[in-house]
Amino acid sequence: MTDLSELYQQVILDHNRTPRNFRVLDDANHTAHGDNPLCGDKIKLYAKVDHGVIRDIGFQGSGCAISRASASLMTAAVKGRTVTEAEELFAAFHEMVAGDAGQPMPAESLGKLRAFAGVKEFPARVKCANLPWHTLHAALAGAEDGVTTE
Amino acid sequence: MTAGLGRVAKDAPVPRRFDPVLIRADFPILSRVMRGKALVYLDNAASSQKPRQVIDTLRRYYETMNANVHRGVYALSEDATAAYEWGRAMTAKYMNAPSPAEIVLVRGATEGINLVAATYGRGHVAAGDEVLVSAMEHHSNIVPWQMLCEERGARLRVIPMNDRGELILDALPALITSRTRIVAVTHVSNSLGTINPVKEIIATAHERGVPVLVDGAQAVPHGPVDVQELDCDFYAISSHKMFGPTGIGALYGKRAWLEQIPPYQGGGEMIRSVTFEKTTYAPIPMKFEAGTPNIAGTVGMGAAVDYLNHLDWTAIAAHEQNVLRYAEDSLRSIPGVRLIGTAAQKASVVSFVMDGVHPHDIGTIADQEGVAIRTGHHCTQPVMDFFGVPATARASFALYNTLEDVDRLVAAIARVREVFHS
Repeated sequence: MTDLSELYQQVILDHNRTPRNFRVLDDANHTAHGDNPLCGDKIKLYAKVDHGVIRDIGFQGSGCAISRASASLMTAAVKGRTVTEAEELFAAFHEMVAGDAGQPMPAESLGKLRAFAGVKEFPARVKCANLPWHTLHAALAGAEDGVTTE
Repeated sequence: MTAGLGRVAKDAPVPRRFDPVLIRADFPILSRVMRGKALVYLDNAASSQKPRQVIDTLRRYYETMNANVHRGVYALSEDATAAYEWGRAMTAKYMNAPSPAEIVLVRGATEGINLVAATYGRGHVAAGDEVLVSAMEHHSNIVPWQMLCEERGARLRVIPMNDRGELILDALPALITSRTRIVAVTHVSNSLGTINPVKEIIATAHERGVPVLVDGAQAVPHGPVDVQELDCDFYAISSHKMFGPTGIGALYGKRAWLEQIPPYQGGGEMIRSVTFEKTTYAPIPMKFEAGTPNIAGTVGMGAAVDYLNHLDWTAIAAHEQNVLRYAEDSLRSIPGVRLIGTAAQKASVVSFVMDGVHPHDIGTIADQEGVAIRTGHHCTQPVMDFFGVPATARASFALYNTLEDVDRLVAAIARVREVFHS
């Protein structure tokens, strides 16, 4: 049987209550909207990317505890990292919450993001955890057309 | 009689004495264990469970009557045709339609509304015309009209509602103009539970010569309707919300309209004769039923209606209202819980939000307690926008739900508080 405490870990509840980087970035050069139309989660992501490094990042929006904590922990995890590193984290994160059952332990590199490992047991919630990451991916990819980041 | 839902047909059979415990025994799925606990199913506004009588009828149809309808000269096809037309006739009776010919079998209320938008709309809505819907419509009674309006250069207008989730009828006369071609309004709101005074709306529209389509998907699970008493021009329902199979529903249309409006889809079944020069169409309702229909679904819908026709709806209405009041009182007494939709006339639907907890999290935690509720916008995004919430949690009760089900819901909400306020 699945256990609620696996899903709602303290770190997730904490980031839901007091999300980090919950702000608009006036000097953002990469932004994107994300939403889960079915559950009404909405997020706007702001990133300031300079020479391929995410110098600053913030988000706004409303959503469930999982999507909000995921956005909060994601921004904390990718701040100061390169765009490539952020995309690698996304791949590892996605594998952890939505990959095949019976896979090895989540990558060490995920750090605090491993709090979301329990999401896998709640298939309806996987998209909540992934939403901020998809939005980040869109923000980083979308702006590449207009903004040189490398 | 549930307020506003019309009366039971005059020739209704003597009803079974209503006892929720006995009713529950008719629904095999209600004895399922979910997450180690007895299932409490509170998502009836999305889809209802099926009584053994419906399940057995589907099995009997496939085991003893299955063939294509309206064509075979052999006995089996005659049996299938008889069963299919019985399903239509039972449905006509449940809605008190003057004749089964005025019941078009469709996939569900959504297709019924799309049928009217496509056929009536094509012939009657032109550039500059208006279609009037209400502020609490399900997307299925907004989008087909919006598509029609975009195609035709017409304008979609909206009957407003107040903060209890009741339509503001004082605004109605001014909204029905010389350009209004149809009013499309829901009988019961799926997200708020509001029972709309559709009879009054229809009378007001008819005074101005405007026909009215009623979306009855959320009304018919709570008792029979009387389309003649309402005097609606069209009334759309879905079988799966009234304890029948999915993929089938009915559109009632007044004979004069059905004869006047063009066919919906072309194909077999809907024709009288075909040459490469010209096709003449079958009489109603076949004119609207191209292709081999959902025969088993129709038979199953008939079985559901037959089941419902034998129930004591006065007692059920009292039971459902009792459950509704108990649920509303219980939820209101939980700190931080706010009800969305507090109309004076409501079906047994309770939408609510909780301070500091997103509805999606409420739904997941309730599920862990074996309680199935809906969370989200319930296909009524304009309603969510109106109330300034991204989503709600919704418990919708059917005749088989009990006060104990409400207690289980309340216990689940207490668990939500534990998780989020620990």
